[in-house]
Amino acid sequence: MEATVEVGGLRKRFGPALALDGMTFVVQPGQVTGFVGPNGAGKSTTMRVILGLDAPDQGQALIGGRPYASLRHPLSHVGALLDAAALQPSRSARHHLLWLAHSQGLRARRVDEVIGLTGLASAATRKAGGYSLGMRQRLGIAAALLGDPPVLMLDEPFNGLDPEGIVWMRGFLRALAAEGRAVLVSSHLMSELQDAADHLVVVGRGKVVADTSVTDLIASASGDRVALRTEARSGAMTVLANAGATVAATGPDTLTVTGLPSQKIVTLLGESGVPFSEVSAHRATLEEAYMELTRDVTEFRGAEVAR
Amino acid sequence: MTTPGAPAVAPYQSPEPAGRDGFAQLVHAEWTKLRTVRGWLIGLFLVIVVTDLLGIFGGGFSNVACITGPGARPQTGAACTPQVPTGPGGEAVQDTYYLAGQALAGNGTLTARVTSLATEHGLPSGPQGQNITLQPGAVAWAKSGIIITASTRPGAAYAAVMVSQSHGVRMQHDYTGDTAGLTGAASAASPRWLRLTRAGDTVTGYDSADGVHWATVGTVRLPGLAATVRAGLFAAAPDWEQSTTNVGGGENGQGGPSLATATLDQVSASGGWTTGRWQGTAVGGPDLSQVGYQQAGGRFTVRGSGDIAPMVPGPGGREQTIEQHLIGVFAGLIVVIMVAVLFITVEYRRGLIRTTLTASPRRGRVLAAKAVVIGSVTFVAGLIAAVIAVIGGVAVVHSQFGYVYPVTGLTWVRVVAGSALLLAVAAVLAVAVGTILRRTAAAVTVGVVVLVLPYILGVAAILPGGAAQWVLRITPAAAFAIQQSIPAYPQVDNVYLPTTGYYPLAPWAGFAVLCGWTALAFGLAVVLIRRRDA
Repeated sequence: MEATVEVGGLRKRFGPALALDGMTFVVQPGQVTGFVGPNGAGKSTTMRVILGLDAPDQGQALIGGRPYASLRHPLSHVGALLDAAALQPSRSARHHLLWLAHSQGLRARRVDEVIGLTGLASAATRKAGGYSLGMRQRLGIAAALLGDPPVLMLDEPFNGLDPEGIVWMRGFLRALAAEGRAVLVSSHLMSELQDAADHLVVVGRGKVVADTSVTDLIASASGDRVALRTEARSGAMTVLANAGATVAATGPDTLTVTGLPSQKIVTLLGESGVPFSEVSAHRATLEEAYMELTRDVTEFRGAEVAR
Repeated sequence: MTTPGAPAVAPYQSPEPAGRDGFAQLVHAEWTKLRTVRGWLIGLFLVIVVTDLLGIFGGGFSNVACITGPGARPQTGAACTPQVPTGPGGEAVQDTYYLAGQALAGNGTLTARVTSLATEHGLPSGPQGQNITLQPGAVAWAKSGIIITASTRPGAAYAAVMVSQSHGVRMQHDYTGDTAGLTGAASAASPRWLRLTRAGDTVTGYDSADGVHWATVGTVRLPGLAATVRAGLFAAAPDWEQSTTNVGGGENGQGGPSLATATLDQVSASGGWTTGRWQGTAVGGPDLSQVGYQQAGGRFTVRGSGDIAPMVPGPGGREQTIEQHLIGVFAGLIVVIMVAVLFITVEYRRGLIRTTLTASPRRGRVLAAKAVVIGSVTFVAGLIAAVIAVIGGVAVVHSQFGYVYPVTGLTWVRVVAGSALLLAVAAVLAVAVGTILRRTAAAVTVGVVVLVLPYILGVAAILPGGAAQWVLRITPAAAFAIQQSIPAYPQVDNVYLPTTGYYPLAPWAGFAVLCGWTALAFGLAVVLIRRRDA
């Protein structure tokens, strides 16, 4: 089966609130797709619709061309982590995975494999109620991996992870994608996806705002800006502004220059005798690129309905 | 915004063998869920504990002193064990009557005419109730007529055609069989002719108002009836009882033995039988000294006391039924409702239902698997509980020289396994209610209100008799009827109310009411779980 998720024209209303408003995108295999947007943008609802848990008013979601509800032993097609807290507190992690395995007719040995993969071996027989949020996230990942599926869908997997856990999760997601899996990871914090996502589906108010590769996004956000370090900040600003550039101070001795290529800046400053210590092409962070992209969308945040 | 093409990566192919997708896998998963929560296992164990503690020791049975006969000293121990004869069907019977009879061999016919049937109530008096004084009083099921019996040993097979005081002519046999004939009472002005014919194992009863036009009342078989039988004229009158129901339940009453005095004439034998000397026998021992018979010319006066009928549990009896040891089932039921409701509502509360439905998108099958698992597990726990309660409870009663009504093996199995079935189906109902309401407290409350409360209201005399019967007819608690081991007999006057152990519906009919409600609730639960967003 093809390891893709196709979401087409999803609309869904919860009472007066429009949760999904024509949500459309495709998740490709072999890469980590970040599913990003503010809280209430419709990420979780979209994932629930993909998994057949919520029925859309319009549109459809297909896994490898088929609706989720038609999948037999679905955990071998899609592994999902929706809510790491969705556990029976008095049941051990191992038993939680065991009933899931039994529901698909999977071997019990697979349970121990995913426990090992997610680093839970030492805690597997403890009651899940005593788990930290980070451990619950790992248990949720273990459950998603149980059927060794070609598609993985994780809702806010970075929540509750310590810095070490975040680094582990990034590497883990990249490794899963490198095996050829389609990995969809939602987050409301773009910084979490830095160095993890290859592709981004940015959503707001129930629809897709941007569907782009991370490389393209950063390149476009970086624009033709140049970072300049100089002790003569005001002098540099005067010279460059007179040459037609837009100059913004970003620190006591740093400036960002837009509208002039770096060679021209070096020449101008040299001609004017303004000292500088560094000129470099500016590279935007993923978060900056995201902020730029969603500047318009987030203005509506007050009207968003969180669910 | 750009939409790049798919990267040049081969989609992932799992080396894992594909799983299996079937109902058995779902049942396996739900069973794993159930057995891995210790609280639920403890709950199921608790079902056994509360059912058995109440059932074995909650009956309140204690050995009391008894007076075995008029004027006798109070006694304790084995002497107090009631001596109850057992009929051909294995049931406890009363077999006390007066017989003016003789041995008759082969096939033949007896005919007699009943011209009167009068009754008196015996009132115990004296310091220990040893004196009995008689005063006129009606006894509806007082009876007199012709009987053919295998022997005068109590509990023997028999067939009889008789006039009753208030229920017309009856043909009865082997204690439980009863067929109506001519209506109306017998009197000198309007006598009743009776005839009983034996042909091998078959006995046929006839009645007539004039001795000319005869009608068949009934034909019965007495398998293995000996060639020579005891046959003759008999009279009996069951104990009388008068009770008044207090407001808010409870009964006040008095009672004692009764005496029937019947006059019969036109007695003749035919068809191979000829009559010889009549011989009087107080079958089952006289419980009144006034019993006996007189013969003057062709006219017989027979005075008898007692009854030839199944013995039934009634108010105030020291005899126990096996289901009295299943009194704890209602307590076990409360625990079953809690465990079964939690089995589904915990998933809603924790959001685990989404994991469940993601693993098995076919939602109706998920509920069905849950029902199979909770139903089967509850059945096993309930069966263990019921078997221990009945066997243990009966052993305790016997060890204290009490008496427990005998039942056939089939009835025993129905009562015991039926109690387990009741618990199992109730568990399924609780899962359905839990699915519909998705809230633990609300679902447990509904379960207790529809299953346990009607039972307590009905059997604990909180509701008046009529209301109690209606409640136990229409609510799921009607299923408790499956525990009733002794049926209500129309030919035995008794308080046939839930308080005395009699349900308004037949055992399996009552159980069917519970099944009906469960099917309804389960259907609604399936519709809702399919329609609702998880």
